[in-house]
Amino acid sequence: MKRAGFDTIWLPMALLIPQLMIIAIFFYWPAGWALQSSFFLQDPFGFGSTFVGAENYTSLLGNDQYKRVAGFTILYSVLVTFFSLAIALLLAVKADKVIKGAKTYRTLLMWVYAIAPPVAGFLGILFFDQSTGPLTKFFQMFGWDFKLGVDYNATATAMVIVAVWKQIPVNFIFFLSGLQSIPRSVREAAMIDNRSATGRFWQVTFPLLAPTAFFLLIINITYALFDTFGIIDALMKGEPGNNPMTLVYKVYLDGFRGNDLGGSSAQSVVLMALVLLLTVFQFRLVERRIHYT
Amino acid sequence: MVETTLVTPAETHRPNRIKWGAIGDHTILILGALLMMLPPLLALTTASHDAVTIHREGLQLTLGDDLGKNFRTAMFDKGGFTQTVDGMLMLMNSFILGIGFAVGKIVISMMAAYAIVYFRLRFATLAFWVIFTTLLLPLEVRILPSYEAIQKLGLTNTYTGLIVPLIASATGTFFFRQFFMSVPEELAEAARIDGAGPWTFFVDILIPLSKTMIAAIFIIMFVFGWNQYLWPTLITTDEGFFTLVRGIKQIVLSYTDSQIPEHGQALALAIVAMIPPVLVVVFFQNWFVKGLTESDK
Repeated sequence: MKRAGFDTIWLPMALLIPQLMIIAIFFYWPAGWALQSSFFLQDPFGFGSTFVGAENYTSLLGNDQYKRVAGFTILYSVLVTFFSLAIALLLAVKADKVIKGAKTYRTLLMWVYAIAPPVAGFLGILFFDQSTGPLTKFFQMFGWDFKLGVDYNATATAMVIVAVWKQIPVNFIFFLSGLQSIPRSVREAAMIDNRSATGRFWQVTFPLLAPTAFFLLIINITYALFDTFGIIDALMKGEPGNNPMTLVYKVYLDGFRGNDLGGSSAQSVVLMALVLLLTVFQFRLVERRIHYT
Repeated sequence: MVETTLVTPAETHRPNRIKWGAIGDHTILILGALLMMLPPLLALTTASHDAVTIHREGLQLTLGDDLGKNFRTAMFDKGGFTQTVDGMLMLMNSFILGIGFAVGKIVISMMAAYAIVYFRLRFATLAFWVIFTTLLLPLEVRILPSYEAIQKLGLTNTYTGLIVPLIASATGTFFFRQFFMSVPEELAEAARIDGAGPWTFFVDILIPLSKTMIAAIFIIMFVFGWNQYLWPTLITTDEGFFTLVRGIKQIVLSYTDSQIPEHGQALALAIVAMIPPVLVVVFFQNWFVKGLTESDK
């Protein structure tokens, strides 16, 4: 709050009401309801529900399929985060270095940001087409009988590749702006101290970039967990079958197709806890990064 | 440069090495640009071929003759499962979602941020926490209960049900709060001395001052709204409310169910779904980058 604030009461109330109402109706009510229904077992035909305590949670922990999905989600997040960060960092370092065409490269490398995940997934379907897809042929050269939507590993690979591709622009933008905010004097001092470009990068540039990288780490994990829904949905072509999926996809599948309201709610609550953990990290970071002037 | 007739090996070597380095940098950047550009470009070239060619040979590198035909059919012929939607209708719905979401979010979050930052309210801290807790849980996490809420309110298959729940998160408010905090204290003080009330100060001083920020946020929110998939998938079952992004799966499925899948038309729709957000991001690049990196999403 500002020191020189206004004292009126009615105006700020009126200004706050729309936001508070929307949040109450579309956030607090549903979130509370999820928490509540995670302790109930819903009748599949809609005839009431029974209180079952923590049973929905314990049955999650004992469920092999859920464990498999959780395992895939972790692996998926790690792979997507690692590769999209690594590729974006390499490109950002190079784009920061070149003098000619720097702006053109920036444009070319970032515009994919605007493509929707399911659209990216649809492009992926064509690239991984069983008989004509160029990437399918590429994998077949190594003797891998690549079958999207049939073979678990093939579908998983395609999901990772498309998700990485879609996330490179965001990481690139943040890394580039992080690099450009490193003062010229620091770079020049580093130039004198260390003649090897690689050495300079790891000893000077990278540590200065660490806050950006850490912030991006959380952004990327969140992306892999939630925003890749469209990619996953597109690449499994509407048939979950034996295909890999993330935790969010399973919430959707169990809740909307399987009608397992209690189980799905329990899964939602588990996810909420997970996100809460991530956000606490993020908040601490944001507070440290931003200085009000 | 030292002019000398005696050329040492090191001197002849160095300019060369620097050049090689630059060539290496450009090679990596060009490869990166190709990696990002190629898939959408191939989508465009492939969309210019007829269904049989695409079905038999897959992605096409060259332009064919059917580009106009595929786009015309995709945009103006009634299709979908109910044979009532065409691309134009979905395009309109996408614009309604993108613009409606961006404008709604900006208006509501600017008002809330102004109330939190500029007024001495006893419950300002409480309001702050009530609003900012929403940052903790993205819509995807609470998708099922949110859907139930919308259903109980009878808002499925309405633009309200489509747009308003997406606004129920504090990203915009957080961003404007940060920006208002960075506005010099003296401004409000000076305005008060000049006799400006809180409303005049907001409308005549603060909003004009935030123009760049509003533009940046608008771009990010427009792209975000336009690209929504999961929420529209649940809320709109009536094809009359389909956006391009939401419809893409149905389109692909209904096109690929036929003997020879109409991939050309499906790709044409995918390209139409890409163009508006891509144009916005490319043309307003500087604002967009500023908004993205300063708002921390």
